[in-house]
Amino acid sequence: MARLRQCAIYGKGGIGKSTTTQNLVAGLAEAGKKVMIVGCDPKADSTRLILHAKAQNSIMEMAANAGSVEDLELEDVLKVGYRDIKCVESGGPEPGVGCAGRGVITAINFLEEEGAYEEDLDFVFYDVLGDVVCGGFAMPIRENKAQEIYIVCSGEMMAMYAANNIAKGIVKYANSGGVRLAGLICNSRNTAREDELIMELARQLGTTMIHFVPRDNVVQRAEIRRMTVIEYEPAAKQAQEYRDLARKIVENKNFVIPTPITMDELEKLLMDFGVMEEEDESIVGKTAAEEAVAVA
Amino acid sequence: MSALTREETEALIKEVLEVYPEKAQKDRAKHLAVNDHSEEQSKKCITSNRKSLPGVMTIRGCAYAGSKGVVWGPIKDMIHISHGPVGCGQYSRAGRRNYYVGVTGVNTFGTMNFTSDFQEKDIVFGGDKKLAKIINEIEGLFPLHKGISVQSECPIGLIGDDIEAVSKKGAAELNKPVVPVRCEGFRGVSQSLGHHIANDAIRDWVFSRDGKDVKQEFVPGPYDVSIIGDYNIGGDAWSSRILLEEMGLRVVAQWSGDGTLAEIELTPKVKLNLIHCYRSMNYIARHMEEKYSIPWIEYNFFGPTKIAESLRAIAAHFDDKIKAGAEAVIAKYQPMVDAVIAKYRTRLEGKRVMLYVGGLRPRHVIGSYEDLGMEVVGTGYEFGHNDDYDRTIKEMGNATLLYDDVTGFEFEEFVKKVKPDLIGSGIKEKYIFQKMGVPFRQMHSWDYSGPYHGYDGFAIFARDMDMTINNPCWKILTPPWQKKPEAEAIAQAA
Repeated sequence: MARLRQCAIYGKGGIGKSTTTQNLVAGLAEAGKKVMIVGCDPKADSTRLILHAKAQNSIMEMAANAGSVEDLELEDVLKVGYRDIKCVESGGPEPGVGCAGRGVITAINFLEEEGAYEEDLDFVFYDVLGDVVCGGFAMPIRENKAQEIYIVCSGEMMAMYAANNIAKGIVKYANSGGVRLAGLICNSRNTAREDELIMELARQLGTTMIHFVPRDNVVQRAEIRRMTVIEYEPAAKQAQEYRDLARKIVENKNFVIPTPITMDELEKLLMDFGVMEEEDESIVGKTAAEEAVAVA
Repeated sequence: MSALTREETEALIKEVLEVYPEKAQKDRAKHLAVNDHSEEQSKKCITSNRKSLPGVMTIRGCAYAGSKGVVWGPIKDMIHISHGPVGCGQYSRAGRRNYYVGVTGVNTFGTMNFTSDFQEKDIVFGGDKKLAKIINEIEGLFPLHKGISVQSECPIGLIGDDIEAVSKKGAAELNKPVVPVRCEGFRGVSQSLGHHIANDAIRDWVFSRDGKDVKQEFVPGPYDVSIIGDYNIGGDAWSSRILLEEMGLRVVAQWSGDGTLAEIELTPKVKLNLIHCYRSMNYIARHMEEKYSIPWIEYNFFGPTKIAESLRAIAAHFDDKIKAGAEAVIAKYQPMVDAVIAKYRTRLEGKRVMLYVGGLRPRHVIGSYEDLGMEVVGTGYEFGHNDDYDRTIKEMGNATLLYDDVTGFEFEEFVKKVKPDLIGSGIKEKYIFQKMGVPFRQMHSWDYSGPYHGYDGFAIFARDMDMTINNPCWKILTPPWQKKPEAEAIAQAA
C-alpha cells in the first residue's frame, strides 16, 4: 500500500468544491484508487453524488441521537458508495445555533480514534466549508491531517480574494506543521481570459493551476440524478476533464508554502486582466447627488 | 517586633520585585504600594482591576463566580442553573456558607447544584432546547421555587446560545421570573465584572419585566431599609439585622444572604439602602438612587467602634426616635463589648495582622482587630477597584503595605519579612502559611465559624482570633530531631 495522501479542498462558498471533489474522487476511484471523503460542512452535502443520497447521516447528528460520540461505531457513520468510495460527513447544527467548528473537531477526532484512516486507503479528501471562520474549520490542515491543499477558484474577484486568504491561512499552518499548497483548481465561470488569469494568480502564489475545469451543463444534469459525471455519462467530455484532474493530482509533486499577495497586488492583477477597473480616487465617498452637482 | 518604616517597606517592595523579568516587574510595581495618608486618591499610588499576569498564581475567580457564587447564589427561593458543563457548578456548590432558613429542595435551594451538564452535542448543536427543557423540569419537580436564574458558563458565550429568548419564553409559561445572566467566565479580569453583570440582570429582569416595573402589594413604612451586600456567611446578616431592628428600623430585604426574590422585588420601595459589600453591589444601589431616588450609605458592622459609628450614621437619615434607638442599642451591647475586650485584649494586644481577601473585608475588618488592640500591617484586594483603595488608605496605618491581586511569591516574601502574628486570607493560602508556622484564619468563610458581623459576631471573632494566635501548637512546630542540642549532637557524631 502506498502512503496515504490526505488532501483538503478549500475555496469560496458556492464555488463548486463539493461537486469538484466528488467528481475528481470518482475519477480516482475509476483509476483504482481507494478513497475516503470527509465532509466538513454542517450542510452535509459532500457525499451525495457518491452515495446517490439526499444527505448522509452525519457523525454529529448520530452522536446527538445516541447520546454522545463515544456511543457510535465507525460502521454507523461510514457509508460506501460508487466504486467503494468511503463517505463520512461531520455534520453540525442548523445555521445560527451551536458551534459547527467544534462539530468538525469532534468528528475528525472520532474518525482518528476509531481507526478510519488505518483502512487500506490511498487518498482522503476533506471537503471544507467555504469560509474558514474559526479554528474548527482549520482542523483538517492541522498536524497529521491533510498535507495537500487544493483551492477551488474561478476568475471572479471574490473567488480569487478568498483563494489568497486561504493561502495566508496555509502559511500559518505550514510553519507549524507539514501542510502545503498543492495547486489551484479553476472551476470555470466562463469569464474572459480566465485560464491565464488563474495561471498568473497561481504563479504569484508560488503554485500552479493544476487543472482548468470548463463549464459544462452535464455536471448539473448528473447532479440532478445525484451522480457524478463519470458515473452518469462516462463518455462525456467533462468526465474526461475530471479524469485528467484526478490523474494530475496523483502525479502532483509540486507542494509549496504559498506566497500570498497583498491586496494591492491582487487589485493590480485584476486590473491587468480587466476584471476590475482602475480606481478613481476622486469619486470615493461621493453620493449620487454630489456627483450630479460636480458634473453640472 | 516594631512596624516597618516607610523606607523599609519601600525597600521590601523593591526587593520582592527584583526577581521578576522586566515586563512583569513593571506591571507588578504598579500594584504594590506603601500606604500614605497624605494621598486623597489611591490611583496615584496603586493600580487595580487589571488583568493578572500569567504564572503568578493569582487567587482571583471569574465572572461566573461573581454572579452565581456571590450575588445570585444566596437568593434562596430561586433556582440558579449553572448553564454549561458540570464542573463550574459542582465544584463551587455550597462552598460559601451562605446560611439560610428553609427546607432545602422544597422551598429553598441554596446548597443544591442545578446544571445543564453540557455535553459535546450541546456545544455543537446549541443548548437552548436543553435549557427550555430544564426550566420545565424545574417547575414540575420543584413547584415552590419562585423563579430561575440562568448563570452562563464560558461555552454559552462562545456558541452564541440565545438564552434571553429561552428565558422570556420560560418566564411567560411559568409566570415566574426567569433571568438570563451573561456571566461567562472569560469576561473581565476577575469575579468583579460578574458582580456588575449580576446587578444589571437584577435591574433588567427582576425590577422590571418586559420593560414594566414590577408592581407589588406592599405598604411602605417610614423606617424601611434594606441590607445590601451581606451574604450571611456563617449567619452575618442575622447578627446585623437584629441591631437594625432593635433601633427601630424595618429590614425589608436582605441582599442576598438568606434573601428571597420577593425581598429583592420590594427593595425599590425602601427609604434607605444600607451597603455592606460596596464592591459587589454598589451598582444596584446607584441604580436605585437614580431611578427611585433612594439614598444609600455604606456601613461597617465589624467590631464595636465601627458598629457604633455605622449605627449613628444610619440613624442620622431618620428621626429622633431612630437616633435614640441607635444610642439604646449601642448602650445595651456596651457591657458585652467591655467583657469581650476585657477577656481577649490582654491576650491579643500588639499582635500584627496581614490580610488578603476580597470584596469589603480588606478594609472593613481592620476595625475589629483594632478594637482588640491589634494592628493590620498589610492588606490587599483580590479584585478591588481604585474606589476600594480610596476607602482603604485612611483605614490603614501610615507606611503599611498595600498589595493588589497579590501573587503567591509576593505574599510569601512579604510575610517572611513583615513576620505578622496572624494572616487572614483564603483556603489556597491557609496551608502554605500554616506550614511556615504562621497562625492563619480564613477570612472568606470565617474558617467554618461566624458570624463575625454585629456585636454577637465580634465576640465570636475575638474568640477565634485568640484561639488561633495563642494556640499552643505554634510552639511545638519544630520536631525533636531539629531542636538545637540534638542537631548538634548528631553533627558531632558524624
